[in-house]
Amino acid sequence: MPTYAALIYTPDVDWSQADQAAMMAEYGAFGEAATAVIRGGEALYPTATATTVRVQGGKGGDPLITDGPYADTKEALTGFYLLECADLDEAVSWAQQIPGAWQGAVEVRPIIPLG
Amino acid sequence: MSTSPGDALAEVIRAEYPRILATLIRVTGDVNLAEDALQDAVVRALQTWPRDGLPLSPKAWLTTAARRCAIDRIRREAMRTGKEAAAVFVFDSDGPEPPDSVVQDDLLRLVFTCCHPALATDTQVALSLRTLAGLTTTEVSRALLVPEPTMAKRLTRAKQKIAHAGIPYRVPTDSELPDRLPAVAAVVYLIFNEGYASVGAEPIRAGLVGEAIRLGRLLLELMPDEASVRGLLALMLLQDSRRLARVASDGSLTVLAEQDRSRWDRNQIDEGVVLVGSALARSPDRPDPYVVQAAIAACHAIAPRYEDTDWGAVVSWYDVLLTVSDNPVVRLNRAAALAELAGPAVSLAEVDRITGLESYPWWHAARGELLLRLGRLNESAAAADQASALGLTEPHLAHLRRRLAAGGVGSG
Repeated sequence: MPTYAALIYTPDVDWSQADQAAMMAEYGAFGEAATAVIRGGEALYPTATATTVRVQGGKGGDPLITDGPYADTKEALTGFYLLECADLDEAVSWAQQIPGAWQGAVEVRPIIPLG
Repeated sequence: MSTSPGDALAEVIRAEYPRILATLIRVTGDVNLAEDALQDAVVRALQTWPRDGLPLSPKAWLTTAARRCAIDRIRREAMRTGKEAAAVFVFDSDGPEPPDSVVQDDLLRLVFTCCHPALATDTQVALSLRTLAGLTTTEVSRALLVPEPTMAKRLTRAKQKIAHAGIPYRVPTDSELPDRLPAVAAVVYLIFNEGYASVGAEPIRAGLVGEAIRLGRLLLELMPDEASVRGLLALMLLQDSRRLARVASDGSLTVLAEQDRSRWDRNQIDEGVVLVGSALARSPDRPDPYVVQAAIAACHAIAPRYEDTDWGAVVSWYDVLLTVSDNPVVRLNRAAALAELAGPAVSLAEVDRITGLESYPWWHAARGELLLRLGRLNESAAAADQASALGLTEPHLAHLRRRLAAGGVGSG
């Protein structure tokens, strides 16, 4: 069965703060409901904690380390799930139950099966 | 008619391509592989038929050949990657042809795959023309006025997305159907309108209209109980029945009021009217937008003369349409019909009440028409200019311009 990454894009948020408890509870409820298909997933610290790494001039070139996320946009990648589903329809039906879908958007991407 | 194998092959491909392809996709589980294998089979047929003569059943021949070509491709790919070709043995290339009912189901699956909401509408249209209507990539690109390399890329990406994202190849359940069927109908109607209401230099691209009607017939064959599908086919047949009368010899469009109704296609009208009746009988609960639009088209189609049109019925149908699809364009069309029932002044008041169409050329064209009838020639000419400035081509305005030039004479 294919696995899908459900990438959650929402306004930047610090899940670790106490005021996010209600939201974390909503995610908890989703996690319970979707336990049969969830193969992994994490919540990310806010984009202020991000460090972006580039190497200029090809492999072994000069590393360029910048403070901040890859793309400084209003909505950012704030978390993700890995969902193992029969097909895209099933993946989409789960994705629309992720709270991020109504706080922002959830991008569903198929994962390449390697090995 | 078709004596040369080339013609026969072209005919078989057009008629059977979607069915052969649909079954091949089910057995291989891969749109790209199925399409490539069928293409291989077509090439093989082109080589052998002229030499050996036409096979007894060209369809069976192509089906078997395509299956063998699919197996060859799977084997070659397995050799290349060194992986076991387990899939090779999942289907028997020389097995009997699947019964018609199975093929119908395969085709229905393909319809819903091509019109899946995870694909962009442009892509759904292109994919439907390629796989369901059996057009070549070249033909699809010409029909949709897109450069061929762009179209080829779009189709390739679509097939990759179907394969990699796992867009399912299945018929939606009864509970899903109400959500999924409108997308299918919309794709077919979009193809129809691309041909029928093209605002390009050529007023009607008959090829696309024909493809859309073919697809409409296919949908009716696959889903005979769906009122929406009946309404869609009826609507297309009734609109297209006016094709010959709609375009004058100089290429300008002739408005409904001035069309020579003896040039309307009676067979299409008869078929369309029967379909509307049966569709209305099947949609008791909630009016379906296609059925209602077809009912409006039928009101026009059955009127012997423009002045015989039952305008009361037309306006009532528009009121029904507004209950399920309230948008400014429907309001504009209702107001145009109202002009015949209640006069241009009442109609113009309605048209002016509609907001949100200021950049829609037909709104200005409709105002131009009503102002002309009211004898307000300067305002009418200004409205026509505005419609033109917003992109409405002159053939669409010729009728209005002609009467304006004549000082409103014969504006009836």
